[in-house]
Amino acid sequence: MLLIVCPYCGKRPEIEFTYGGQAHLARPTQPSQLDDQAWAEFLYMRSNTKGVYAERWRHARGCGLFFNALRDTTSDHFLAFYKTGEPRPATPATPADPATHATSATHATSATHATSATERKT
Amino acid sequence: MSRQSFSGLSLLWRGLSHHTGWQKQWRKPEPRARYDAIIVGGGGHGLGAAYYLAKEHGLTSIAVLEKGWIGGGNTGRNTTIIRSNYLFSESAALYDHSVKLWENLSQALNYNVMFSPRGVMMLAHTVHDVQVFKRHVHANRCSGVDNEWLEPAQAKEFCPPLNIEANIRYPVLGAALQRRGGTARHDAVAWGYARAADALGVDIIENCEVTGIRRDTSGAVEGVETSRGVIHSRKVGVSAAGHTSVIMAMAGVHLPLESYPLQALVSEPIKRIFPCVVMSNTIHAYISQSDKGELVIGAGTDAYTSYTQRGALHINTHTLDAICELFPNFRRLRMMRNWGGIVDVTPDRSPIIAKTPVPGLYVNCGWGTGGFKATPGSAHVFAWTIARDEPHPINAPFTIERFRDGYLIDEAAAAAVAH
Repeated sequence: MLLIVCPYCGKRPEIEFTYGGQAHLARPTQPSQLDDQAWAEFLYMRSNTKGVYAERWRHARGCGLFFNALRDTTSDHFLAFYKTGEPRPATPATPADPATHATSATHATSATHATSATERKT
Repeated sequence: MSRQSFSGLSLLWRGLSHHTGWQKQWRKPEPRARYDAIIVGGGGHGLGAAYYLAKEHGLTSIAVLEKGWIGGGNTGRNTTIIRSNYLFSESAALYDHSVKLWENLSQALNYNVMFSPRGVMMLAHTVHDVQVFKRHVHANRCSGVDNEWLEPAQAKEFCPPLNIEANIRYPVLGAALQRRGGTARHDAVAWGYARAADALGVDIIENCEVTGIRRDTSGAVEGVETSRGVIHSRKVGVSAAGHTSVIMAMAGVHLPLESYPLQALVSEPIKRIFPCVVMSNTIHAYISQSDKGELVIGAGTDAYTSYTQRGALHINTHTLDAICELFPNFRRLRMMRNWGGIVDVTPDRSPIIAKTPVPGLYVNCGWGTGGFKATPGSAHVFAWTIARDEPHPINAPFTIERFRDGYLIDEAAAAAVAH
């Protein structure tokens, strides 16, 4: 299970959260002006990134607020958490190696990113 | 080298000589510089497509490129459920095409894929479920697909371990049963297609990761770059499941896919107790018993996109809660293994089997949580699409453009978790 750091409430287990998909997708301000292709892009196309991915989470069983996170989808390792409306943080250097993630994640990340912490229950 | 044929007689004969003298079932060729067609992805869908390209469309120079080993991805990680009772006629046609091929697949491949049409029963737990499943039953009958409604007592008769007491959290209010549905041996499907394709001259190249797609000045495909060198071909079919987005991005094609972990687990082996396949979409559980005696249990997808081939334990716990309530005598069983696979999910939970905007590039993807059942049918129509550069009538609705044009085949509403 992921440990997720809500920017408002702190570190909580994944079951308190719902997933909100790709972050930073702005709804078109003039939907009626879009052609079908552009509308389909907004509705259906997601980057499905293999690597560092900006995504939304909602602390549904806590404060109820949405926020954003950066997660490496090859290791499920969080790199940053930030509030909705804030710009995407610069991507930190190499994410932790997935193979060593379970044991090294906590101290490796806390040293470099104060808000970043996730580990997998073993 | 002529191919050994498998039969009762050959088994007896080899048995008498202590099972020495069995041939390797497929070669390990070095990749050639050029092929008529390349399939990216050596799972059941890709190997099957290569087989049907050689068998039915007369192509002789075909390669299947697999990053790892064949059948090591979702083909070897699923819960092997086969059924075709989908709501919409487009889906029912596609999946039923597959079920019909399953029925004769062992004979066609001369390889026992252990297809077992033991019946797939989908449980209804709420009034909404009852209404939706009855609608499915009627829609399927209009499409010529067998599906029947069972009252709780009939469901209990079909599957004796089932708990139909009214006082449980999600009582069984009835079930939809497809008797032609069932299971098959997933590894045998990959091995059987690989062996049959190899016998027709297909080169199966393992440990060969595609790192780029080459296009000529007109934009058409002219080959792939791989970890084992450049391989030329004017036709490339991508059948890469959870990594389809990654491969297609190499050709600049963006698809409406998201990749999620999907988990499954098996119990310790026990004597034959469970006669059929039971699925419950509402409480995210499906279960059958393998011929080894393990109970094979599948869960829903994890909440988030990922490429890690693993998921969180609470997903499995949730599924086991449901299993223990529906089948109380399984409570003392221990679980032996759990694992995850990465499934590529489309917005309407229907696959894409189509040409792409890039000439010579074809894609078979978006099977989400239910691709295994479709393996033969999907491979068959994908081979047709590659060979003729036009879709088979069965996969014609499963285009990329349907998302732009609004012709969704929306199986998501009724089958968002378990296919």
